[in-house]
Amino acid sequence: MTEVRFHGRGGQGAVTSAELIALAAIDEGQFAQAFPSFGPERRGAPVVAFLRVSKDQIRIRSKVYQPDIVVVLDPTLMDIVDVSSGLKPKGILVINTAKTWEQIRKDYGFKGRLAVVDADRIAMEEMKVPITNTTMLGALIRAAGITRLESMDRPLDARFGKIAERNKKAMQRAFDETIIKE
Amino acid sequence: MPIQKGMEVSIAVSEAVKLANVDVISAYPITPQTHIVEHLSELVADGELKAAFIPVESEHSALSAAVGAAAVGARAYTATSSQGLALMHEIMFVASSMRIPLVMTVVNRALSAPINIWNDLSDIMAQRDCGWVQLFAINGQEAVDLTLQAFKIAEDPRVLLPVAVNLDGFVLSHVIEPIELPDQEAVDRFLPVFKPTLRLDPDQPVSMGAFGSPEVFIEVKKQVEEALIGSQKVAAEVWKDFGDIFGRTYKPVESYKAKGAEILLVTMGSITETAMTAVDSMREKGRKVGLIHIRLWRPFPFKEFFQAIREAKCLAVVDRALVPGGVGGPVGLEIKSALFEKKERPYVAEFVAGLGGRDLTVEVFAEMAAKAERYAKTQKEMRYEMIGVREK
Repeated sequence: MTEVRFHGRGGQGAVTSAELIALAAIDEGQFAQAFPSFGPERRGAPVVAFLRVSKDQIRIRSKVYQPDIVVVLDPTLMDIVDVSSGLKPKGILVINTAKTWEQIRKDYGFKGRLAVVDADRIAMEEMKVPITNTTMLGALIRAAGITRLESMDRPLDARFGKIAERNKKAMQRAFDETIIKE
Repeated sequence: MPIQKGMEVSIAVSEAVKLANVDVISAYPITPQTHIVEHLSELVADGELKAAFIPVESEHSALSAAVGAAAVGARAYTATSSQGLALMHEIMFVASSMRIPLVMTVVNRALSAPINIWNDLSDIMAQRDCGWVQLFAINGQEAVDLTLQAFKIAEDPRVLLPVAVNLDGFVLSHVIEPIELPDQEAVDRFLPVFKPTLRLDPDQPVSMGAFGSPEVFIEVKKQVEEALIGSQKVAAEVWKDFGDIFGRTYKPVESYKAKGAEILLVTMGSITETAMTAVDSMREKGRKVGLIHIRLWRPFPFKEFFQAIREAKCLAVVDRALVPGGVGGPVGLEIKSALFEKKERPYVAEFVAGLGGRDLTVEVFAEMAAKAERYAKTQKEMRYEMIGVREK
């Protein structure tokens, strides 16, 4: 079972990220579960969402405390939230940042596996909005697999209709541009 | 053949209500029930569900309108949570004593104060004695299936009682997971059109909910109680039919790795699945731990419960509500008093946990099982223990 924690801010679509990838995984015949860190919705406040994907039925409903993967949608969260909390020793931190992986290591003292992508820039260029939730799915899939990239098509079409193509393009670009440091 | 699709459990429940071809939905939105009634109002507005959607001004009215709708022969539905359910309290008794067959989803949430939108079972447990059939879902598939079954149980002429289908707020209601939605044709075979025994009809007038003087009141109460107890037999038939058509079997009490288990965790609702994972890991370590979960809470399935625990030396009961000033939680209370008639009975360790959304992890279930085993060894005298409380 792979467990993922998404960090974002209210309104940035962290919950949607977790949901979309769960839908894609279920379409592939995997078992998956996605849920928000429940609470009153507050735009701009730090929020988390959780995802579990497994070949077998998932029988656990508590929050994810020891994720295999952490996805950070908003680089400003790095200064106020311990995003790597509980991350497994072989886990990977996937960050939306304009910084290089060397800078991230230096600034935050993070020594584990790391994947970086400038999702803000990609989202602005492809979708003209600084919303990185679908873009970051490309980085997540590149860094950790979980689903095939093409499996995202159906959930993205269903959720975004006319603007699904732009989301797919941003996701593909993030997939291509993500830099992974083992 | 239907296949499993990923969907939010709340949405799946509204789709089940649509598959049940309800005639009337009356509801007032409250977190975390909201997604269910929002989606139903969309289905009605889009013409996908031919039903009347009555947006009322309070939950008291939501249940009152559903009672009225069912009284004229409509298949009626509502849903609520927490304070909303509390506001329905007086109509809860009216619905059961008037023998009104309707279905309500209760998306379980703590009762205030302090104000809290998260999950526990204090809302439904405060309605325990309202005379409703009460069912608990452990996952999204069960939430869908129990919703369909609830209408068939409620509307059976031998029952004619309201049914509450409970699902845990947020931790179940807001989760995306794989769910198989049945075909409409199969649902229609399982659940035919509602044929009321009596209905309010100007052409054939009857009185419903009339005055009950001391000469008749106790007889009415006895009939309602007999109908509630009798609903278990009907539920068993409904579950048999459901299994024949959809291939999923349901029982009032379910066992998991209970064979040869000396310690049994006793759970209700979606915490059951996390507890199962705890059982798996304890079994791997050679511990004789199993689990039972109670799906049919009212009427309480005594026979099946005794059957399910017959090999156990110790029960670790997990309650998610408190009976303040009493012996513990409602489930522990029920079980302890049920066991009183037995000469040989297992040790009962009663825990109250997970109030107001406190997360229940695999480790917490393992902790409760270990404590129960320890307490059973010394036959420790205990009423209950509250788990995970910060004392400093």
